Amino acid sequence: MTDAYSQLTTADGRPLKAALAAAQARARRRAFLLVAPLLLFVVVTFILPIGQMLQRSVYHDGFSNSAPALGEWFSSHPDGSDFDESAYAALASDLALMKKDKTAGEAGTRINYTVPGTRSLFTSSARGADKLEPPYKEALLALDAKWGEPVIWQAMREASSPWTSDFYLIATDRQRTADGGIERVPENERIYLWLFGKTFILSGVITFLCLILAFPIAHLLATLPMSKSNLLMILVLLPFWTSLLVRTTSWIVLLQGQGVVNNILVSLGVIGDDGRITMIYNQTGTIIVMTHILLPFMVLPLYSVMRTIKPSYARAARSLGATSWTTFRRIYLPQTLPGIGAGALLTFILAVGYYITPALVGGADGQLISNLIQFHMSKSNWSLAAALSAMLLAGVLVLYWLYDRLVGIDKLKLG
Amino acid sequence: MALPVYADPLERLWYYTYHVICVAIFVFLISPILIVMPLSFNAEPYFTFTQKMLTFDPEGYSLRWYDLLLTHGMVAPDAPRDSSWWEDVWANAAWVKAAKNSVIIGFWSTIVATVLGTLAALGLSRSEMPYRRLIMAVLISPMIVPIIIIATGLFFFYSNPCSMLGFECGRLTSTYTGVVLAHATLGIPFVIITVTATLIGFDQSLSRAAASLGASPSRTFFKVVLPLILPGVISGALFAFVTSFDEVVAVLFIAGPDQQTIPRQMWNGIREAISPAILSVATILVLISIALLATVELLRRRSERIRGVTPQ
Repeated sequence: MTDAYSQLTTADGRPLKAALAAAQARARRRAFLLVAPLLLFVVVTFILPIGQMLQRSVYHDGFSNSAPALGEWFSSHPDGSDFDESAYAALASDLALMKKDKTAGEAGTRINYTVPGTRSLFTSSARGADKLEPPYKEALLALDAKWGEPVIWQAMREASSPWTSDFYLIATDRQRTADGGIERVPENERIYLWLFGKTFILSGVITFLCLILAFPIAHLLATLPMSKSNLLMILVLLPFWTSLLVRTTSWIVLLQGQGVVNNILVSLGVIGDDGRITMIYNQTGTIIVMTHILLPFMVLPLYSVMRTIKPSYARAARSLGATSWTTFRRIYLPQTLPGIGAGALLTFILAVGYYITPALVGGADGQLISNLIQFHMSKSNWSLAAALSAMLLAGVLVLYWLYDRLVGIDKLKLG
Repeated sequence: MALPVYADPLERLWYYTYHVICVAIFVFLISPILIVMPLSFNAEPYFTFTQKMLTFDPEGYSLRWYDLLLTHGMVAPDAPRDSSWWEDVWANAAWVKAAKNSVIIGFWSTIVATVLGTLAALGLSRSEMPYRRLIMAVLISPMIVPIIIIATGLFFFYSNPCSMLGFECGRLTSTYTGVVLAHATLGIPFVIITVTATLIGFDQSLSRAAASLGASPSRTFFKVVLPLILPGVISGALFAFVTSFDEVVAVLFIAGPDQQTIPRQMWNGIREAISPAILSVATILVLISIALLATVELLRRRSERIRGVTPQ
């Protein structure tokens, strides 16, 4: 039987099995060839640029390029060696080189990242570096006593190789101790992890608010007759299609001190003219506006799940004596969970990386991690921006993976 | 959802409360979009309704902010409004320039995203596609990855696109090509999502029938497949266009002064001196989005009709 099967051939005499495998391979190749141009496009214009940017988070050659002698000294003297005359001689020759190449600022900036306030040490010392005479240790210490501090030497040791984990240390509020260990920075200087935490908490709050607001209207849309719900759906889809900047502008108009909402409240006598509420250019503004902007992303998945829930289950529960609350809690709500999960995850993912709205209406305390990344970019502190980006990206990708696992990317729908 | 006959008084109360809540949420959704329209006709440079506006006094309303959209940036805004005045508007007005840039960049990025995206969606919807899930995740990711990370990456990449190959070859920052490529990348997920959704209902036997009748693959595509999935393709293209038309962060990072778009102008307007001229731009943009939404809805219904899917 198996023999007879394997001897089946196509019209041109090839074994059927081989012909089938060849045909399938051809089909796979064809399908892949259709996707290949776009895949190539996305890799070149999206994945490689991001990868290249992230590389900056572990690579900074500002110091290592301009201090070759120190680099050599550090590689021949292991951690813990005494900083003797030879070390200071290397430093002096590097400072002279920095003066010649005008790279003292660049090198100082690199050290300044890990030991704040040291940039000027390099620029001022390099200015007189070519006049230094041996013994270099005394000469340099006479120039600036800071050269004797082990923290600076530790920072230079780390920076003497362009590959570094310094920026991840900074981004997680840590620093190197003089003896090469790692400790947390003083409490009042811890900003990055705190902002990550705040971004996640605010995104959670916004997601929760979206869920609270989306649930009733998604339910209404799902239970109304099609003609009516299509009409009401426009009220959800119109904000979705409206420019983000337009919506943000509108909220500024509505919420600012002399804005529409405050004016209405004043004219109704709810608040006095001097008691106008500050609802924008702060954290409240960020929360209100982002909730409005992300609400459609919650309504749409909820709606498409609720649409498929048969009303007969709820009726059956009622006929068996359940109260309306029990029916909702035990019968309806569990069936909406896939929609809640899909909507909440999507909303949360989008909220965590939000930039535009916090930048425009967030004021001082409504900024998120994206805004801090932009801040460091604008200060040319690229490596730190890259390290923060990498951490944010890692968080988002985990959530994205979770979304794909639980919901499936192909289930994503727009309108 | 009608109130069942067996509802007790408490349930009746909840039923009405529920509807009031829903109305309130819809007001929350839509009022920010509607509020800008009347305010854009404000005769005073305020962002709130003046007494004259509330009493519908014609003096309270004017078109001055729309006029400002044309005159801002002109060489001679006070010249008599003849054909040379309009030429001045077309050539110099800041918002007109921004609109032209937005349309040019939007058009080309939509073309790139739609052509590549539709091809890829065709491949992705075939059952033979290897690594389908992974590739789909990669292609959708521009929608998920925070825009600031994308913009930062592009900023470095565009300043020397060939650095990975180890040589210098000009730059893409401050060029139209750079912005178009960036916006195309951002628009791709939308094309993929809408076109693959349309292809789910596509009957593959139709293309097999065409092939068995001797049509070449490209002929099958243009004569059989494309007409059937066209509504989905157009919706995807509109999504891609809107994405580009509304994008500001990538423009902030990689565009130069010659590539100022409408969102970029609005960004300046909101951050610096917010003038009611912004509201007139916003009104125009809302009208455009209403038109786009209507188009997409019509296309969706048409797509359901020609694919024989009954609207549920």
